[in-house]
Amino acid sequence: MSLSEAVALGLTEDEYGLIVERLGREPNQVELAMFSLMWSEHCAYKHSKKLLRTLPVEGPRLVLGPGENAGAVDVGEGWAVAFKVESHNHPSAVEPFQGAATGVGGILRDVFAIGARPIAVLDSLRFGEPTSERSRYLLDHAVAGIGHYGNSIGVANVGGEVYFEGPYEQNCLVNAMCVGLVRRERLIRSAAAGVGNKLVLFGASTGRDGIGGASVLASAELGDADADKRPTVQIGDPFEEKKLLECSLELLDRGLLVALQDLGAAGLTSSSSEMASKGEVGVEIDVRRVPLREPGMEPFEIMVSESQERMLCVCEPEQVDAVLEVCARWDVGGTVIGEIIAEREMRILDGGEVVGRIPVEALVDDCPLYDLEPAPPAQRLYPAPPATIEPGLGVRETLLALLASPNLSSRRPLFEQYDCLVGSRTVRRPEQADAAVLAMPTGGGIAVAIDGNGRRVAADPYRGAVEAVLECAANLACAGGEPLGLTNCLNFGNPEKPHIAWQLTEAVRGLADACRALDVPVVGGNVSLYNEGGEGPIYPTPVVGMVGELPDPLHAGRSGFALEGDAIAIAGPFRPSLAGSELAKLRGEPLPDGLPDVDVAAVRDAQRAIRDFVRAGKLSSAHDVAEGGLLVAVAEACLAGGLGATLELGDADEAQLFGEGPGGFVVSGSQAALRELGERIEVRVIGRVDPGDLDVTVGGEELEITLDALRHAHGALAELFA
Amino acid sequence: MPRVQVLIRPKAGILDPQGKAVERALPALGFAGVQNVHVGRLVELDVDDVSQVEAMCERLLANTLIEDYEIQS
Amino acid sequence: MKFGVLQFPGSCDDRDAVQACGRVGEAVLLWHGDRDLQGADAIVVPGGFSYGDYLRAGAIARFSPVMESVIEFANDGGLVLGICNGFQVLTEAGLLPGALLPNTELRFVCRQVDLEVVDGDTAFTNLCADGEILSIPAKHQTGRYYAPDLDPDLVVLRYATGHCFNGSQDDIAGVRNARGNVFGLMPHPEHAVDPLTGSVDGLRIFESMAAHVGAAHVAV
Repeated sequence: MSLSEAVALGLTEDEYGLIVERLGREPNQVELAMFSLMWSEHCAYKHSKKLLRTLPVEGPRLVLGPGENAGAVDVGEGWAVAFKVESHNHPSAVEPFQGAATGVGGILRDVFAIGARPIAVLDSLRFGEPTSERSRYLLDHAVAGIGHYGNSIGVANVGGEVYFEGPYEQNCLVNAMCVGLVRRERLIRSAAAGVGNKLVLFGASTGRDGIGGASVLASAELGDADADKRPTVQIGDPFEEKKLLECSLELLDRGLLVALQDLGAAGLTSSSSEMASKGEVGVEIDVRRVPLREPGMEPFEIMVSESQERMLCVCEPEQVDAVLEVCARWDVGGTVIGEIIAEREMRILDGGEVVGRIPVEALVDDCPLYDLEPAPPAQRLYPAPPATIEPGLGVRETLLALLASPNLSSRRPLFEQYDCLVGSRTVRRPEQADAAVLAMPTGGGIAVAIDGNGRRVAADPYRGAVEAVLECAANLACAGGEPLGLTNCLNFGNPEKPHIAWQLTEAVRGLADACRALDVPVVGGNVSLYNEGGEGPIYPTPVVGMVGELPDPLHAGRSGFALEGDAIAIAGPFRPSLAGSELAKLRGEPLPDGLPDVDVAAVRDAQRAIRDFVRAGKLSSAHDVAEGGLLVAVAEACLAGGLGATLELGDADEAQLFGEGPGGFVVSGSQAALRELGERIEVRVIGRVDPGDLDVTVGGEELEITLDALRHAHGALAELFA
Repeated sequence: MPRVQVLIRPKAGILDPQGKAVERALPALGFAGVQNVHVGRLVELDVDDVSQVEAMCERLLANTLIEDYEIQS
Repeated sequence: MKFGVLQFPGSCDDRDAVQACGRVGEAVLLWHGDRDLQGADAIVVPGGFSYGDYLRAGAIARFSPVMESVIEFANDGGLVLGICNGFQVLTEAGLLPGALLPNTELRFVCRQVDLEVVDGDTAFTNLCADGEILSIPAKHQTGRYYAPDLDPDLVVLRYATGHCFNGSQDDIAGVRNARGNVFGLMPHPEHAVDPLTGSVDGLRIFESMAAHVGAAHVAV
C-alpha cells in the first residue's frame, strides 16, 4: 500500500507518515483499511476529543460516564438508567428510511451493550424548509424508518423534536437517543480481559454494507461494474435486532460473558480494537471464521463491513458451549472468531495466514488529536430566512401564523407513527407534558427530553448552547423531573474552518458552563462534523438529551390547562426578546449578532421552584415558554387541555407576547398556589382558565380566538402528509 | 433443480392502497397513461418437485382469502 | 385463573400482556417452541411483530408448535384471546374469520380510540354492557379487517364513529368465532389496565375471561 491509497481513503499525508512510523513499515491492504477507519473523524474524534475533555463528567448519581457504549445514572434501589444520543446524519441524507432506521438500531445496541434493556427512544430531526420537496421526502421517510425500527423491535418512542431551517437542506440531521433500564450489578463493560478467552461474534451475517468508501482497496479483478457490490447504505433488520437484544440480555443474565461490545461504525475493527485497548490486551481474529452473507469477501472487507445487528463478546473457553447454545436458541448465529492474546496487537488471520498486524495502541490511541483554530466569522455565514408572513399583522394573525409555522405546528402526524406505549411504562405521552415520563420498577419515575435550537446557536454559539441545556432542564422541571445526567450530540460543519471551530469551541464552552451551573454531568454523547456542502454549513446544532428523576409519577406534571377557574401566570425570570425568535424568522429577518445575556442562576432557581410545586401537586399545569413566546405557550396549553383562557395583558408589546428566552413558565393553579409560588420566584398572574375561547385583552383591544381556529392552525403539519 | 417463481397479487375487489399510492406517484414524476397498478409479492424458490408448489401456496405463501397466486417456472 | 401468554420471536407486547393478566389471575409466558400450555385456563396471543411480520403478519407464527396446541385447545372450547398481531395469527390459523390488511393510509398509527361494545354477552365482554364505550389504545399498520360474508353476530367490538383509522369493513374492531370461545381485536386492552398509564377500560376484558372461566368451574 502507498500514500495515494491512504489519501484516497481520507488520511492526510502526515497521518500516513505516522502510521508508517508506528508500524516500522508501510501498511498492507487490511491494515490500511483498518487505520483509515479508526483514524477517521467519525471514530477518532480527532478534532473534538480535546474539547470534549472540558465537559463536566462527575456527579453523585453517575454510575457510568463517557467512554463506554452508553452512560448511566442511579435511580435508586439498585436500578440504573442508561442513555445516550447518536447521530446518523450522512446515511440519512443518502437513504432516509434506512439511515434513520439504522440510526435507531445503532443507539439501541449501544444501550444493550452495557446490559441495559432499552425502554424508550427519542429522536431529534432537522431538515430544510418543507417547501422543498426533498425535505418533505426526507422527513417522511426518516419518520417512517424510525417508526419501522422502533415499533418492530418493541421499544417505545416517547418524545422528540423536528426543525425546518434552510441550512439543513443539503445536510439533514437525524439524532437518536435511547434510554435503558438495568440492575447496577448487571452493568457490563467492554474491556476485554483474560488471555486465552474467546471472542464470539453473534447476530446477523456479515456482508458488504457500508464499505463504499473503502472500494479503492479492491483487488485488481473487481472493476467499475462491481460498484453496486459495495453499498454505502446499511440496511437494518429490527427483527434480527430484537433476537440479538434478547440473546445479549440472556447471556448477561446467566453471567456467561467477560465483556460485550456492539459493532457500529468500522464494524469488527473498531469493536475488537476498542475492547482490546480498554483491556490492555491484544486480539487475534480469523476472518475465515466470520459467517458471511456475500461470497468471496476479502479480509479487509470483512474487517470494515458495517453490516447491522451484530455483537462481539468475550467469554472464558469453558463457557463457549453455553454461549453458543443461547445464541442458537435465539436463532442469532454465534461463532468463535478469535481470542484474547497477551501481545498488545491486533492480529488478523485468514485461515492460517497472518494478513494484518497492528499494535493496539497505534490503532486506538495514537491517532493524532488536532487543536482547533477558532476565529469568529468575518462575515455572515447564513442567509436571512425567507419571509413567510406579511409585515404589520395583528396579534391574532401573528399568533395563528406562528402556530401554523413548520417549527411550531403539532407533530401529532409524526409521533402517531410511533408506538409510545409498548413496555407499559409510559406515564406521559407526547403532547401531554413537556417531557416524557416513564414509570420505574422502584415505584418512582423518570422524565426524559431532547432539545436543541440551531438557529439561536448560530446567532450566539455560547449563549445558544447554554439555552439548549436550560431548555431541556426546564422541560424536565415542568413534568416534575430533576436532571440526573445529560447526553449531547454535537452537529457542526467543517472544524478545519476557523469559524466552525469557533462555533464548536464556544458551544462546548456554553454546554460545560450550563451543566456546571445545573450540577448535571455529561454521561456521554456523539459528535458529527463536516455537515456542510456547497451551500454552506448547517447551523451549529448541539442537541441535548436529559434524564431526570421524579419520585411520584402519579403526580407528574401536565402542560395543558386542566381546571376551569384556575389562575394562569407567567412565572420565572422571563426577559423575552425578539432577537433570534420564530417570529423574527417568519418575518425574514437576518440572524442577530448575539443573544441577550441570561441569568443562569435565576433560571435554575425558577426550574427548581416549578419542579417542587409540580411534585407537590400545587400546579394544575406547567409549560415551558419556548419557540413562539408567551402567547404561543398559552395557546399550546389551551389545546393540550382542551380549555380556553381569558388573558389580561395590559400594554404588552410584541417582545412580551412573542419574544423568546429562557426562564419563562406558563403555569395554572389556584390563586393561593400561585401566591405561594410568588414567594419563591417572580410570578405575574395574567388571566384564568375559562371554557370556550382564548380571549386576550392587550393594547386596549379584546381578541377572541376560538379553540377551533387554534386547533386548525396548529394542525398545519398534517397537510404535508395528506 | 428447477427454479420457480410465485407471483402473489392482492385479490381483485379488495382495496390495494399500495397500488393506489404508486398509481398516484407516477404522474407526479412525469409518467402519464398509467392505470390499474397493483403491488404484490414475488417468492422465488429452487424446488426438487415443482408439483408441490401449489400446496405451498395454499398453505403458506399466499393467504387465499385476500390474495391470488400464479406459479411460473 | 391462569393465563398463558404466547411468546414468539418478535413478540413485543407479550410482557405487557403478562403484566395485565397478572392483575386478574396468574400469568405465564409460553415459548413458541413448546407444546405444553402449562394448564392455562385461557390463552392470550399478544401483539408485536412475530417473525418480523415476514411474508404476512402472523403467517409464520401460526405454524409454531405452541400454536398446534392452541388450535387443539380452541377446538376443545378453551378461551383464546388474540390482540393485534395475535388477531392476525388467529385469522391466519383459521380460528377466526377474515383477514387483516394494510391500513388504508398505509401508515402505522398509535392512538387512543373509543370502542363500542356490540356484544356484551361473550366470554370476553360479559362484564360490559351492550353499547358501552371502552377507551383503549390501538397501534398498528396492518389492521384493516376484511371478511366477506361475515355473520354479523360475530362482531363483538366496533370503533366508535370517527375513531377507525385503518379502513376496516363496518368499522369492525374485534370479532369472535361461531362457538364464542375465540376472540380477536386490533386494539390493545393490555395497555388500558393501569390508571398511571391511561384508561383502565381494557381490564374488563381480562376480568370477563376470568369470570367466564370461574363460572364454568362452578357449573361443573
